Amino acid sequence: MTIDGVTFNPLAGVLAVPVVAAALLAVLPDYRATARLNVVATTLTLLCALSLFFGRPQPTPYLLVDDLNGTFIVLTTFVGFTTSIFSASYIGHELETGRLTPPFVRFYHAMYQVLMFAMNLALVANNIGLMWVAIELATLTTVLMVGIYRTHEALEAAWKYFILGSVGIALALFGTILVYMAARPVVGEGLDAMVWTVLVRRAGDFDPALLDLAFVFLLLGYGTKVGLAPLHAWLPDAHAEGPTPISAVLSGLLLNVALYALLRFKMLLAANAAALAPGPLMVTLGLLSLVFAAFMLYRRRDIKRLFAYSSIEHMGIITFAFGMGGPIANFAGLLHMTMHSLTKSAIFFAVGHVAQVKGTQRIADMGGLTETHPVLGWGLILGVVAIAGLPPLGIFMSEFLVVSSTFARAPLLAIILVFGILVALAGLFLRLNSIAFGEPRGPSAKAQASYVPMFTHLALVLAAGIYMPPALVAWFQNVAGLLG
Amino acid sequence: MNGIDFDIAHLLAGSLVLVSFLELYQDRLYALLNIYALHALVLAASVAWQAFIQDAPHLYVTAAIALVFKAIVIPVTLHRMIVRLGIHREIEQVVGVGPAMLAGMGLVALSMVVMLRVTHGADPLAREDLAFALAVVLLGLLMMVTRRNAVSQVVGFMSLENGLVLAATGAKGMPLVVEISVAFSILIAFIVIGIFLFRIRERFDTVDVQVIDRFRGERR
Repeated sequence: MTIDGVTFNPLAGVLAVPVVAAALLAVLPDYRATARLNVVATTLTLLCALSLFFGRPQPTPYLLVDDLNGTFIVLTTFVGFTTSIFSASYIGHELETGRLTPPFVRFYHAMYQVLMFAMNLALVANNIGLMWVAIELATLTTVLMVGIYRTHEALEAAWKYFILGSVGIALALFGTILVYMAARPVVGEGLDAMVWTVLVRRAGDFDPALLDLAFVFLLLGYGTKVGLAPLHAWLPDAHAEGPTPISAVLSGLLLNVALYALLRFKMLLAANAAALAPGPLMVTLGLLSLVFAAFMLYRRRDIKRLFAYSSIEHMGIITFAFGMGGPIANFAGLLHMTMHSLTKSAIFFAVGHVAQVKGTQRIADMGGLTETHPVLGWGLILGVVAIAGLPPLGIFMSEFLVVSSTFARAPLLAIILVFGILVALAGLFLRLNSIAFGEPRGPSAKAQASYVPMFTHLALVLAAGIYMPPALVAWFQNVAGLLG
Repeated sequence: MNGIDFDIAHLLAGSLVLVSFLELYQDRLYALLNIYALHALVLAASVAWQAFIQDAPHLYVTAAIALVFKAIVIPVTLHRMIVRLGIHREIEQVVGVGPAMLAGMGLVALSMVVMLRVTHGADPLAREDLAFALAVVLLGLLMMVTRRNAVSQVVGFMSLENGLVLAATGAKGMPLVVEISVAFSILIAFIVIGIFLFRIRERFDTVDVQVIDRFRGERR
């Protein structure tokens, strides 16, 4: 793209801004300046991502922007931007209470930008090897951030996340190698056999047995990162023990990025008529995650763990929708993913401030939130109403689409789906009741919170539930068509 | 490809599986690290041989990384670390040697059955290599679940990565970008682990994962 004679490459911007910002944030000492710089960097990245809609570069063997990942990039950079605003006030409070010291804050900010870079790189990678490297980088940065409080629980969570994440990543690499092996006889040796655009064009001639085996490894590997049951064990710990902005980014974005990798390989299999249909595998894992997580919601005592299990539940629904396939289910899956990212990060923004004012994450120690902190309390209620899938919010619409399209094709699966969603709904409200209403418990000091990010997200979710602009619908339909 | 080339490649890849079995029943941390060094050494030889028969000079770089970094630097560092932590004498296994070895044999059989069946089209060298590589990966996983000491879990993970390198080099002409990234990720992973071990030491005075596990779960 050329503006006033200056050539501007938005794709380079999406990748370079976080890298430059990470380098600066790692050395600048002043907390206020760095928190602001963090926001500036995410704003710039978001602007670069938006400008990708107006002119996108030609695919190279390493990088690619198409309609599918364009959607993901805008979502990622947007939530990254709002989370950085939330993070500024959250980290300010952590510094005051002494849970984090200035060197750790510097490290945290630098890692935040490295994580943004890694996620953007994973999304724009056209090379399946590069995509793997980017997801590994994202995993390592989040491991470091989960352990940043250095308490027993935080270290244990980080260790568990590290070990399980590494195993997942290793299995995914084996799958990637198998895809290369399948492509080599057809495409020829060298770089081309790892380029996604080449692979998908020639996939029809690949050896189906190798491709099947590769997909099983990729599903287990990247599925671990998506948090699908029974590979989810790291997820609740990592969400509960790390800083809350990281919980928001993990739930809202990193799980999506891993799912995106899975979708790319699913498209590869769909292009080969003789390969196994990836749908049933994803449907099974998705339903399993949904039902399992729905029941797990009942016994949570920790507020962040509660919403971590809710993330597993929703990733289950999304994986299920993409597994079903077809224009309507894919549309519903994309919409649900977008809505879940916005809602879940909004909930974590609220939860972060709640945990700070109450000084605990124990649900039993917080009560009557609507009385002590009305804005936070009602914000949280609105978020939970949205995430539980009640009308008129956006998640209701996407869940309705998933359920209705499933009823038309596989009524039995739809019954399990509805059952899981209802169990989760009841579980969430049971817990919400004791948090938001009843006898006020815990400190009632005024919260120094930034409400803007939370209510921006919730307003978007509400708006999407009431009225979806035709342009947006057309866009999602187009992307759903790409997914096949 | 002539017979002897193939035989040597086969021998080296098979030895890697054998060394994985050796790792499985080491119940002393010090010995385990020595065996891991041997594992990396066999890997280096195997990769170098692949580089020679495939006429792919860039693979020598991978072999050199395996030799210098994995066979020398990491074991030496870990030796020092466990001495400093005072845990160099003993490790305990969750599963006994017998069941672990039987499970290992089952996994090797599984990987042979799976890989040889699906890779009819591939050339024989890559086929055998992938089957052995999957066996090494699965044995590494087995080791991670049968150990409860953080250091031996890390060793299990590193031998798993060795299996991946074997697979990547067996896939003829696979772009260098992946091989370097594998080596690089091990480096990063190792640094992370190093940090973790020291932090864990600071906080728990132990690297026994079962002790760490006591802190798990919901706050009560």
